[in-house]
Amino acid sequence: MEEFFQQLTNGLAVGGIYALIALGYTMVYGVLKLINFAHGDLFTIGSYLGLTLLTSLFLSDRLGPGAGIVVLALMVMGLVALVGALLERVAYRPLRHSPRLSAVVSALGASIFFSNTLMLIYGARFQVYPQGILPKTAIDLFGLYVPLVRVLILGASVVMMIALYAFIQKTKIGTAIRAAAIDQDAARLMGIDVNRVILMVFLIGPALGGAAGLMVGLHYGQINFTMGWVYGLKAFTAAILGGIGNIPGAMVGGILLGVIEALGAAYLSIAWKDAIAFGVLIFILIVRPTGLLGERVAEKV
Amino acid sequence: MLRLVDLRVKYGNIEVLHGIRLTVKPGEIVTILGANGAGKSTTLLTISGLVKPSGGAVTLDETPLHKLPPHEIVRRGVAHVPEGRRIFGTLTVQENLNLGAFTRSDTGQISKTREWIYELFPILAERRRQLAGTLSGGEQQMLAIGRGLMSRPRILLLDEPSLGLAPLLVKTIFETIKTINASGVTVVLVEQNARAALKLAHRGYVMELGRIALEDDAAKLLANPDVQKAYLGGGAA
Ligand SMILES: Nc1ncnc2c1ncn2[C@@H]1O[C@H](COP(=O)(O)OP(=O)(O)O)[C@@H](O)[C@H]1O
Ligand SMILES: [Mg+2]
Repeated sequence: MEEFFQQLTNGLAVGGIYALIALGYTMVYGVLKLINFAHGDLFTIGSYLGLTLLTSLFLSDRLGPGAGIVVLALMVMGLVALVGALLERVAYRPLRHSPRLSAVVSALGASIFFSNTLMLIYGARFQVYPQGILPKTAIDLFGLYVPLVRVLILGASVVMMIALYAFIQKTKIGTAIRAAAIDQDAARLMGIDVNRVILMVFLIGPALGGAAGLMVGLHYGQINFTMGWVYGLKAFTAAILGGIGNIPGAMVGGILLGVIEALGAAYLSIAWKDAIAFGVLIFILIVRPTGLLGERVAEKV
Repeated sequence: MLRLVDLRVKYGNIEVLHGIRLTVKPGEIVTILGANGAGKSTTLLTISGLVKPSGGAVTLDETPLHKLPPHEIVRRGVAHVPEGRRIFGTLTVQENLNLGAFTRSDTGQISKTREWIYELFPILAERRRQLAGTLSGGEQQMLAIGRGLMSRPRILLLDEPSLGLAPLLVKTIFETIKTINASGVTVVLVEQNARAALKLAHRGYVMELGRIALEDDAAKLLANPDVQKAYLGGGAA
């Protein structure tokens, strides 16, 4: 029971991280029908920026641990959002009317550019997050002890997901994003500036991905310039699992993937962790090709 | 006053509009008739800015619309209800309507417009929480028109609103277009249903192969033997 609970909470925390990254894939895909292959690298940039800001600004010393971590997270999210917007402007917008393959190649190029830049700046070796940013305490949940970091990561990702969901569902701009994802020209006829919608998506997705990068740094303590590849692949899997283009789907897919992986690794074999994740993906796609929450209603009748 | 002056449009290297000249005065219903492929939809798409001309101009009063992006053209008071309706199927009826008012920020007035649209099309009020994709074809057309009206346009462009609808529904839609026009909205109506369109409109244009072949008062076009033969099923109607 204890073991199960530990694995479950661990899976939920990792799943929250997957979900945050998956949202970036799914939102960009929703509006542009493009897989942003550089998204995993934006995540990595987030964790390196977090490291740099942690070791240069000493926010926790100045603001206290609570406010320090919040300000740090906001700075990382803001900076990665800017990188995302720049990526859209430089690598994708000029190719908006080119064949799809051009944008895919550009995405792969951007991905290589980002990971190599990180390697040149920080080196190829693992970098270590400073210790003691978050107290190494455990929280008592009904007699079971869960590390504080884990609880904070899950809490923060849930808060961000709820905020995003409310924004997308309830606000005028959120509705415009959904409309542009369904039919760009029809959205233009509503007076929506689709370029601004795309920019918005390339701010929000990278911001969430950057936050996820910071979380990984805080959770595992060490980061590497190639880690965006694996996390990106997992998050992309989560997005497909939930139904690519579908925002709640990315959230559900991410959490589910994290939990399945953690439980699979604990009860079957750690060596099979990735195989289990992708096995689940294949199974779901056979049973439900549109993913778990893929479009249920025809867009056009 | 909306004016198209020597409007030319190309898709790739192929020119499909070869110098269209057309004017629409405030308060009018103007219909554009013509066979499939004549260039009617392209004309409307060029007015609303989704297609950019290779020559000529579209002006609204003194503003050159063809230099503006579509979302700016909506702000100038032109709403386009496109061919095939293009409603947002996975959004609710009400969300579709609200999107029509995207350019407006006067919340109180927006809900008044919405109530007016629910009066025009009561079935939409009943289905306001339903996903738009679950509506019947006729209801989707009503939603598309209602959504277009939500921006409170001066000019409403309608592309084949009766396409694929049962005769009774067609009648309803045409009556509603009349009501909309009576409320002060100028209407440009592209139709296959030439007889009904000419009965409703003040003036009409007949397009053939990317050119304006005829232009006249609607009553005169209805009486024109050439028009009768080509578009009204032949013989004296
Ligand atoms: N997106 C497009 N790309 C290339 N050719 C097009 C496109 N849309 C329309 N056309 C061509 O332009 C001409 C005019 O089409 P259209 O404006 O749709 O006519 P209508 O609405 O009168 O049926 C036709 O020959 C059509 O095949
Ligand atoms: Mg047409």
